Amino acid sequence: MTDILAVADHRRGELRDVSYELLTAGRLLADETGGDLHVAVISGTVEDFASKLDREGVDVVHTVDYGEEFNHGVYAQAITQLYDRLAPRYVLTPNSVNGLDYAPAVATTLDVPIVTDVVGLETDGETLTATREMYGGKVETTTELEGPAVVTIRGAEWPAAEGTGDAAIEPADVTIDEDALGSTVNGFEEVAGGDVDISDADVLVSVGRGIEEEENLDLVFDLAEALDATVSASRPIVDNGWLPKNRQVGQSGKVVTPDVYIAIGISGAVQHVAGMKGSDTIVAINTDPNAPIMDIADYAIVDDLFDVVPALTAEFS
Amino acid sequence: MKILVTVKEVATVDDEFEIEGTEIAERYLGADLNEWDDYAVEEAVQLQEAGIADEVVTVTIGPEDCEQTIRQALAKGADRAIRVWDDALEEINLLDVGAKRDLLGAVIAEEDPDLVLTGVQSGDDNFGATGVSVAEALGYEWAAVVNHLEHDFEDGTASVRRELEGGVEELTEVELPAVLTVQTGINEPRYASLRGIRQAQRKELDVVGLADLGIDAAAIEPELSLTDMYEPESESDVTVWEGDAEQTATELADLLRDKGVAQ
Repeated sequence: MTDILAVADHRRGELRDVSYELLTAGRLLADETGGDLHVAVISGTVEDFASKLDREGVDVVHTVDYGEEFNHGVYAQAITQLYDRLAPRYVLTPNSVNGLDYAPAVATTLDVPIVTDVVGLETDGETLTATREMYGGKVETTTELEGPAVVTIRGAEWPAAEGTGDAAIEPADVTIDEDALGSTVNGFEEVAGGDVDISDADVLVSVGRGIEEEENLDLVFDLAEALDATVSASRPIVDNGWLPKNRQVGQSGKVVTPDVYIAIGISGAVQHVAGMKGSDTIVAINTDPNAPIMDIADYAIVDDLFDVVPALTAEFS
Repeated sequence: MKILVTVKEVATVDDEFEIEGTEIAERYLGADLNEWDDYAVEEAVQLQEAGIADEVVTVTIGPEDCEQTIRQALAKGADRAIRVWDDALEEINLLDVGAKRDLLGAVIAEEDPDLVLTGVQSGDDNFGATGVSVAEALGYEWAAVVNHLEHDFEDGTASVRRELEGGVEELTEVELPAVLTVQTGINEPRYASLRGIRQAQRKELDVVGLADLGIDAAAIEPELSLTDMYEPESESDVTVWEGDAEQTATELADLLRDKGVAQ
């Protein structure tokens, strides 16, 4: 068993970027195992998706033409049947919300281990060494496992595969048991609406958990007013109900690319960074010099935001 | 309706810490109820207060030390708790998804709840896969990353919203019995009241070992082993301004003026 099976992610008619990144990770692994890279694309306009996934290094694209949108039961059934037929060494899926909705079930059904949110991978054909983060990104770890496995990979860690390939595109020989599908997707809803569009702002003053109390948000609004900037936030502030969802920057919120992004009391969890790393200039104000935000900041003040923010506001008042 | 909530005690890490082998040195660690599980407990307790749930039971894998965290969940309103532990688990440096699935799955099969709520992930090992894995193993339905749950359960289904990436939510119906992995923000977790804390001391907390669950130690030997732990290499070329708050604020103000912000 040396082949690799990668499962593409798509939503509402579009392949997601991580699908192309999976091809790169999958090809690297296939080179190490000396096998082929198989790609599965399940549901939706599979023929169209398959032609887009036919990039350099892809050997076969298997299409499962069943239903329009994601259903974890369809994915789990299709992948386990493909696995039984192809006997790949590793199944690669995105560590996306949908990836996490089917990959653990696939691993359980196949009785193989699962390693999730992987940021680095290598194998000698027998042992898989996966690099992951723990404790909110404070440490990086390597984990090893023998034998076949399901691996979910973090987005934006591998470059997207490019070029045009000459993959065989094959309708997959799988049967979906409709009676076994116990969940139904009834639709989608955009939630990040509202009166303020943070993705339009040139300057964002963004606030995170370090602000401690809702009343302290005044400090941030005062600064934003002095700078003629817009206030955005990281997830905990929105979870607490202190600011509405349309202010949230990150993977599950909005992706922003302002000229200046001032991150106040934001540690910089990977989900947050995914939403703001394209900002032109990033300034971090944080007491922790080792916070992950420091890795992507251009400028930083390692100090108490309750001292720095009022001082900065005073500079412009 | 009976609800079972998985509750994990996670390690919290100081800003400054040292690594010893494949562990963070004990003196830099604290312990807390896993943030995501806190929301799961709250959702269960709200279902109980709404008269929908008859009983809320928590299950935790962990040594005796974590009973303080289990009592936190009891103080917030859970009725009773089960703690799974065994000497065989003591030496394992990373309990993988398969092992957690088998341990929790055995308890869930015994308890036979209508609904299982778990946090989406845990703040320490961050696998994010145990809930769905347990569901598949037990033949339950499931939904991952749920940020809203309708409390009516009409026709034996749970109507949920799953939080997808990019500000999009998926509206899904899931047949019961089901496992839902709960995202932060689904509700506002309560603080335990003094009365709740007092009552929690008297609530039932059962401890079960592998033999009680009919599990052989070899069967839950993790297939994943932690081989190295290190601080990530910073690729940063960040300019850190030094000085007191006034000095650093002036530096930042100069930069902002240079960038054309708030002239």
